[in-house]
Amino acid sequence: MADDNRNFTLKIITPDRVFYEEEVSMVEFNTVEGEVGIYKDHIPMTMIIAPGILTITQGDEVKEAALHAGFTEVLPDKVTILAEIIEWPSEIDLTRAEEAKSRAEERIREHAPGTDMNRAELSLRRAVARIEAVHN
Amino acid sequence: MASMRDIKRRKGSIQSTQQITKAMKLVSTVKLQRAKQRAEQSKAYFNCMYETVTSMLARTGNLNHPYLRSGENGKKAVIVITSNRGLAGGYNSNVIKLITRGSFKKEELAVYAIGKKGKDALQRYGYDIVEENSDIIEEPSYVDAMALSNRLLKSYAEGEIGEIYLAYTGFKNTVVHEPKLLKLLPVDVSDRKGAAEDTGSKAMMNFEPEDEEALDMIIPKYVTSLIYGGLVEASASENGARMQAMDSATSNAEEMIDHLSLMYNRARQGSITQELTEIIAGANAIS
Repeated sequence: MADDNRNFTLKIITPDRVFYEEEVSMVEFNTVEGEVGIYKDHIPMTMIIAPGILTITQGDEVKEAALHAGFTEVLPDKVTILAEIIEWPSEIDLTRAEEAKSRAEERIREHAPGTDMNRAELSLRRAVARIEAVHN
Repeated sequence: MASMRDIKRRKGSIQSTQQITKAMKLVSTVKLQRAKQRAEQSKAYFNCMYETVTSMLARTGNLNHPYLRSGENGKKAVIVITSNRGLAGGYNSNVIKLITRGSFKKEELAVYAIGKKGKDALQRYGYDIVEENSDIIEEPSYVDAMALSNRLLKSYAEGEIGEIYLAYTGFKNTVVHEPKLLKLLPVDVSDRKGAAEDTGSKAMMNFEPEDEEALDMIIPKYVTSLIYGGLVEASASENGARMQAMDSATSNAEEMIDHLSLMYNRARQGSITQELTEIIAGANAIS
């Protein structure tokens, strides 16, 4: 291919800061429709994010972060992620995540009336994503 | 003319008031810098959110979606963002005037107050205060905005409230703050039509999942970001308004002190002159 540059701009914005903005070669994350990996020249698309690991590949370097909610806008040469909650592994409090995980699991197991199952499930998935991000 | 002692006492009290207003001005100047920075940082997120929602609505505008259809019944919820403390000039009363002098009827409103001043004033006028979250204005965080918008959207989905408004003070620059009333839900589609045509390049956007489902998920995020934006701007405006109020209070005190110093010196001179006249008159009488 004539164009050797397979990099595109990845911009991750949270409500209180610009979390990340650099040239990258690939980005992977979870959406509500399943896992996706995006290279350059993707068709324009807007996707809703599901809790999971965000993997940024920049040449040989790979970075990970726990991405919990938000949506993303994909253009051929630019990807913008509007993240409501996103954390680098170094920012995650592992014990808190473990606690949240067991709490959510208990809530789902007990299935008490009046429990918001969607919420319990979401918080479980967030906790799992956090724990995975730290371990990898 | 007031006696010398009265003038001196008055001057002293004004001087100590001036010290307080000066200190408050300095504090709010520092706070303003921080709040301004935060407002600027959240702007990128907000702008992108607005563009996406606009382009989505431009394509799906005629959908009969609950977030787009105006609720016929139910109350109108208003989030009123004011400050917890006074001494900020017209900052709080301008926001309250939006509610009391607007086109709302008192009975149909459900107030979600953020800020003690607004809550107290509206309660006095007899409005229905559903919720008070005054502490979140001190340090606006996205998590707080999310919790509030989730509660509101739940009541909206259950039909308890038919419309959601946001009353806050917009931050234009350090000296210009504008009280604003914003309609959050239902989203006004016709408003966006024109704006959407400007962002024509995005009309080719695909959505995953499909439009209607995506709307379901994006609109709550949109509402949250608007509430957060309102909080951040209001906190910047509050400190800006207080800085201005305290600045003019300080210079007014300065003016009063100048005037009182002049009066004091005149009175002092007058009393010396009088004493002299008395002594001379006394001396003349003896000789």
